[in-house]
Amino acid sequence: MMEDILLHINNASFHVRTSGDDSLLSVLRNDLHLYGTKYGCGEGQCGACTVLVDGVARRSCRMRVSSAANAEITTIEGLESNGALHPVQQAFLEEEAFQCGYCTSGMILSAANLLRDHPRPTDQQIIEYMNGNICRCGTYPRIVAAIQRAAELEAKGGAGHANR
Amino acid sequence: MPTDEMVARLHWFRLDRREFLRLCGGGLLVCLTGVRDEAQESGRGSRDQVLPQEIGAWLHIDEGSRITVFTGKVEVGQNIRTSLAQLVADEIRASFDSITMVMGDTDLVPWDMGTFGSRSMPIMGPQLRNMAAAARQLLVDTAAQRWKVDPAALTAANGKVVNPKTGHSLAYGEITRGEKLTQTVANDPHLTPVIEWKIAGKAIPKVDGREFVTGKHHYPSDIVRPGMMSGKVLRPSGFNATLVSVDTSAADKMPGVRAVRDGDFIGLVAPDDRTAEQAISAIQAKWNVPSQISNQELFDYLRKHPEGEERGEPNETGSVQRAMATADVKLEQHYTLQYIAHAPLEPRAAVAEWNGDKLTVWTGTQRPFGVRDELAAAFRISAAKVRVIMPDMGSGYGGKHTGECAVEAARLAKAADKPVRVVWTREEEFTWAYFRPAGWIGIRSGAKRDGTLVAWEHHNYNSGPGGINTPYNVVSPITQFHPATSPLRQGSYRALAATANHFAREVHMDELAHAVGMDPLEFRLKNLTDPRLRAVFQAAAERFDWGKRKPAPSHGFGIAGGLEKGGYVATCVDVEMDSANKRVRLHHVVEAWESGAIVNPEGLRNQILGSVVQAIGGALFEEIHFKDGRILNPHFAQYRVPRFSDMPEIDMVLIDRKDLPSTGAGETPIVGLAPAVSNAIFTVTGKRLRDMPMAANAELAS
Repeated sequence: MMEDILLHINNASFHVRTSGDDSLLSVLRNDLHLYGTKYGCGEGQCGACTVLVDGVARRSCRMRVSSAANAEITTIEGLESNGALHPVQQAFLEEEAFQCGYCTSGMILSAANLLRDHPRPTDQQIIEYMNGNICRCGTYPRIVAAIQRAAELEAKGGAGHANR
Repeated sequence: MPTDEMVARLHWFRLDRREFLRLCGGGLLVCLTGVRDEAQESGRGSRDQVLPQEIGAWLHIDEGSRITVFTGKVEVGQNIRTSLAQLVADEIRASFDSITMVMGDTDLVPWDMGTFGSRSMPIMGPQLRNMAAAARQLLVDTAAQRWKVDPAALTAANGKVVNPKTGHSLAYGEITRGEKLTQTVANDPHLTPVIEWKIAGKAIPKVDGREFVTGKHHYPSDIVRPGMMSGKVLRPSGFNATLVSVDTSAADKMPGVRAVRDGDFIGLVAPDDRTAEQAISAIQAKWNVPSQISNQELFDYLRKHPEGEERGEPNETGSVQRAMATADVKLEQHYTLQYIAHAPLEPRAAVAEWNGDKLTVWTGTQRPFGVRDELAAAFRISAAKVRVIMPDMGSGYGGKHTGECAVEAARLAKAADKPVRVVWTREEEFTWAYFRPAGWIGIRSGAKRDGTLVAWEHHNYNSGPGGINTPYNVVSPITQFHPATSPLRQGSYRALAATANHFAREVHMDELAHAVGMDPLEFRLKNLTDPRLRAVFQAAAERFDWGKRKPAPSHGFGIAGGLEKGGYVATCVDVEMDSANKRVRLHHVVEAWESGAIVNPEGLRNQILGSVVQAIGGALFEEIHFKDGRILNPHFAQYRVPRFSDMPEIDMVLIDRKDLPSTGAGETPIVGLAPAVSNAIFTVTGKRLRDMPMAANAELAS
């Protein structure tokens, strides 16, 4: 059954005509060409497809697109603000918390949600919160350090955001 | 602008290399010839090239002083794009930002065997430095002619040639403007000493890092072409299956879908991914899958099914028997490793496009020229008609040497007469890629009561000969690799067999140390001369306080090390067992590493870190389960990879040998962890774990 669905993504609105059963990931990539959101497993096991839905980190591969209608969706492409990096993006760059970078979009969006819930997380909170995201290159300790750095940047008023 | 990019690529698409080089226009072009055989496998795959076969790389400086370097190496997360550019910038005396690396595009770069075996840094590094040094000299000479002065009176710095006496300076682009300079250089090292490096040796951040944290980088699976369709391939219900019958009529009725059959290959194209998925599941096929072995019979099978030539000296002279007779302590044990999967987070992906009889494929591979040749063979066309472009990909770890997905996309694109993209699912990647070989390793050894090693015999079945030779002092050791018929498709992997051979050897050495009642580090050092390996053992031990502190209750310490591909590693671990001595957790890892002069310390730390983390998976829980031609755990929910919660504290000790050539560091740092973990577990539990993985079901293997 094809439906017309209105999506609010990165402060813009998109009409898509699709099956409501289709995954949000599929619509982001195939219909809207937002390729920053990655396919890693299609089973919610790796976190590469993570996006924010009303600020909450969700696995877009396991989310029906119809259930994302009317929500505010943020993908990695929408995290910058007026050309300034989000503190988590800035911190990932500074800590070089990635190698191939394929997991990075999902890591950054998961971390953004974590820091909203826990502005000054402990390492243990980071590990528990992020455990559903796989980095096959094995940069986990750098990602933990980057999230701690992002928390410091946000506490100081937000890294790149403060520089604009 | 994306549009401009597309036009440019279409334009380049019809060019051969000579035209491309002509299009470089003015400026300076430097070609490197006479590269060593091991770098290029000379002759192979190069017959269709316009330029001499031996060219290893080239470098171009345009009139705006921009420096472009062309190499067949590829970037897969190991940061080689950055570290090679650092070497060029330093040698040519220009800013890091003025360098652009063009990598892994078979129409634009010289032929290269591929990015594997830790060869990029030790082989491509010096090649590019030679070229950059030759370019600098030519720029100085040209400026000297223009100024009518002695070139020896001039210096090159910051992208300029300067006359210190007059204060005159010319930017590189000003020197080459209106000129067409070419220089061909042989492999004649005349390089800046490492101690004078200003850009190399520093922690320069990753090139294009911002593209990765903003989602703008386009991986192979993100490539889009005009009119592109989605492709899917129908997978057999098991390995070695034959097709009995197939009915594609339901799929063919779907709008825009076209099924393609070519022998036992069945695929389809569809307007989009979701239609392609629906259509592929609508195809009815019957397969005949022969009965095949499972993990249960694996090691017996490998030992009973030899294939090909054995490598290494057989024990025909009886030297090991005679040496064994002089030993006070004798030991014979065997060690095993299961198949494991690379599981790169980006699965195989390819976009194929035919333009007349010319084929272009964007795909993730460590061997763009190898995939080009696979495509040429598959479609019986000249390799010159095939262009493979490798966008920096979602890694490989040795798992993306082959071009299956590229061939599939090209076959479907040929049928559809449109560009086609194929992206493998996670299940396809876990099933239809290839695995790190399983292996069975038997070791027989003898030592004197005082800890002197006197006899050594090491036989590896199937996993490979890498790292098989013992670095320890022993007269007439026997080491042999016995190739076997593998029940699963197997291939390269990070450090490949060096992991297996180090696991067996370093656990066995630990067993010997305990048998003669010596400290495991002391026992190793007593039998070891190689100063570089001794240095990493001592560095790791010092950082770990080996021998100076006692483990906490239910904790144990282990040590292991070795060398392979020019890199030296030693690893100390502190493991923690649960109260039942069943579950193990890594508490702390210290790894010391030496690979000559360090080119980028942060990049190096990242590679060592990644190796240690990946090693945890293979050591403790990664294992492919298979039966009757099927993979039984082709999902991340069933195939456990290391996650955040598995991380120990990881300390790295880097030894920077500025007096030694830089070697590769993406692989060998993986080999020390597994044996060190086994050795540590033994000290707590008294149980020897000789099978990888050691804790596949979260409990120790018995």
